[in-house]
Amino acid sequence: MSTQVTGTLDAHGAAGRPRDHDHKPRGLARWLFSTNHKDIGTLYLLFSLAMLFTGGSLAMVIRAELFQPGLQFVDPHFFNQMTTVHGLVMVFGAVMPAFVGLANWMIPLMIGAPDMALPRINNWSFWILPCAFAILLSTLFMEGGAPAAGWTFYAPLSTKYSGDSTAFFVLAVHLMGVSSIMGAINVIVTIWNMRAPGMGWMKLPLFVWTWLITAFLLIAVMPVLAGVVTMVLTDKYFGTSFFDAAGGGDPVMFQHIFWFFGHPEVYIMILPAFGIVSTIIPTFARKPLFGYESMVIATASIAFLSFIVWGHHMFTTGMPVVAELFFMYATMLIAVPTGVKVFNWVATMWRGSMTFEVPMMFSLAFIVLFTIGGFSGLMLAIIPADFQYQDTYFVVAHFHYVLVTGAVFGIIAAVYYWIPKWTGVMYDERLAQVHFWCSLVSVNMLFFPMHFVGLAGMPRRIPDYALQFADLNAFMSIGGFLFGLSQLLFLWGVVRCMRGIGDKATDRVWEGAQGLEWEVPSPAPYHTFDTPPVVK
Amino acid sequence: MSAHRSLINKLLLACAAMFAFGFALVPLYDVFCDITGINGKTDKVAAAAPDRVDRGREVSVEFLATHDPAVAVDFAPETARLRLNPGELQLVSFVVENRSDQPIVTTAVPSVSPGEAARHFMKIECFCFQEQPLAPGERKLMPVQFYVDPELPERFKNLTLSYRLYRSVGQRASR
Ligand code: HEM
Ligand SMILES: [Cu+2]
Repeated sequence: MSTQVTGTLDAHGAAGRPRDHDHKPRGLARWLFSTNHKDIGTLYLLFSLAMLFTGGSLAMVIRAELFQPGLQFVDPHFFNQMTTVHGLVMVFGAVMPAFVGLANWMIPLMIGAPDMALPRINNWSFWILPCAFAILLSTLFMEGGAPAAGWTFYAPLSTKYSGDSTAFFVLAVHLMGVSSIMGAINVIVTIWNMRAPGMGWMKLPLFVWTWLITAFLLIAVMPVLAGVVTMVLTDKYFGTSFFDAAGGGDPVMFQHIFWFFGHPEVYIMILPAFGIVSTIIPTFARKPLFGYESMVIATASIAFLSFIVWGHHMFTTGMPVVAELFFMYATMLIAVPTGVKVFNWVATMWRGSMTFEVPMMFSLAFIVLFTIGGFSGLMLAIIPADFQYQDTYFVVAHFHYVLVTGAVFGIIAAVYYWIPKWTGVMYDERLAQVHFWCSLVSVNMLFFPMHFVGLAGMPRRIPDYALQFADLNAFMSIGGFLFGLSQLLFLWGVVRCMRGIGDKATDRVWEGAQGLEWEVPSPAPYHTFDTPPVVK
Repeated sequence: MSAHRSLINKLLLACAAMFAFGFALVPLYDVFCDITGINGKTDKVAAAAPDRVDRGREVSVEFLATHDPAVAVDFAPETARLRLNPGELQLVSFVVENRSDQPIVTTAVPSVSPGEAARHFMKIECFCFQEQPLAPGERKLMPVQFYVDPELPERFKNLTLSYRLYRSVGQRASR
């Protein structure tokens, strides 16, 4: 596509109803029973923010314990609960719901639809989530504690050696899965059937494209996750032997099934962020995105390849060499479409007239730091190297670069970018810049040294460590606390906007902004695009 | 709307299919491992007798025995290590002793490493083909009769046959 979606409205395409028709129910009932995509989007985003701080507190416990060698604050079993629940909360509670929230808010606005296709399902898929996490988090206060087998809950850790929290854990994961699947169906049906006239496939904004592909990934792998947790449940409580060698099962099979879900899952957590960055960079470079078609194709090929690389998590399980080689080359192949994306982002900025508002800053940090995570991924994909890196902090460094400075930075960028449209006021740019720089410095203090201690052999998921790692761990812990504190600035900025404190936002908000979402007033009225706009 | 309906149905069908696929991975995994022998599993039924002996080379076979710590037995191979020619029939025994005052029914799970050699490891008779009941305090010799297939690729010079002993699933369920 040579031109971005300009999304001009024709004469009878009213952008939104006049304000005084802006009926909405009041009070708690509005939120409990809402079928409005903007309300539900807000709920998802606030839930995700709450989970970010919940999961973050658990990470603070981890970093406090690791501040010094030896056992300081918590016993090893509790430490394992912290790493496990931290991972589960961040993956299923913070990152995924944030993307669903953004999808809810933005996809109808971007494609000129009045709402999501299935509003009541939408309400359900949100309200299941707090229930799921109440169940999961309640195990922290039970006798025997929360699940402690890692967010990857390998058998037999999760079957033979787990506590009774396993039953709660399985139920919680089932609920999260149902919620994600309903959300994904909603996204697909919306994009498939509800595009405004003239909004052809190759005119879709990239955020919509990446979400469409993500939704298909969710449909393909969340049921597999449901299957594997069911097997864990029946192995533990009903005498089956899926993963128990005594009864003819095989614990290694757990890893195959889990990672068949798990690797596509990591792309579920990054593809929408690719879409966000592909939206923000052109706005602040004031140039159309370079290589729109290649972005779409790259996203689709990443999604496809993500199904055939799961073995790279299992190099040390004793796979035959041919299988290892297959998984190694397939994994490295993913770097090609990923590289295409990075190239396109950089090319978009080339000779653009750039400005550096905070959404742009987070997007730029995303490009650099996500790429670092990609490179460490490539190192991990090299079989003999992975034999050394496997289960060390190097892996932790890798996935935090792609997930925190990748996915989470992408989400933060999106929030700053669209919050004027949501609330009608500009966020405080000074505060946001401080938030950005504090986050940038502290996140690197926190995660960069993990590469070094990992290469030197510090194992992950261990509450104690050898003395030679002490200095770097203290340094990382300080980075961790600072990063945690920095996010309070984010919270403050968001709360300010929600309470309407700040300069009034214009409808277009950003000078270089393109797309239908900017055609409606700020804040976006409760009902938009009741008559579909016509996209030229 | 019917356009929504039909799309939703297709997507739900896809979900159901993927859920089923998750479970189908279990037999698929077994079949795949059976064909390729890559996870070190050996056949659960008796192999045919060897038709020739390859005197031209020797392979060494080590024997290992471990048991689930929850099962009160002693379990060890009588012979730690053997050198043999491919195709040569051998008989080794494993000794098991019930250290408890309860009857125990055991199952032994065999594994050959390197895994790719597993399908060239031919057992004519093995205690692992059946569950083995042990009276309280009983000590028992459990034989394995096997040979290494002469088709074993040249690069395999050392093989390990290991067994891990568990309480049988049937006895676990009835307890
Ligand atoms: C160029 C792209 C990438 C490559 C080549 C790559 C490669 C790898 C490899 C080989 C491992 C296994 C390391 C081990 O356990 O020894 C791994 C782990 C991991 N990767 Fe990536 N990766 C890439 C991108 C991503 C992205 C985009 C994400 C998520 C947004 C991600 C998330 C993870 C996670 C969460 C783990 C650790 C899972 C665990 O054991 O807990 N990776 N990656
Ligand atoms: Cu992976």
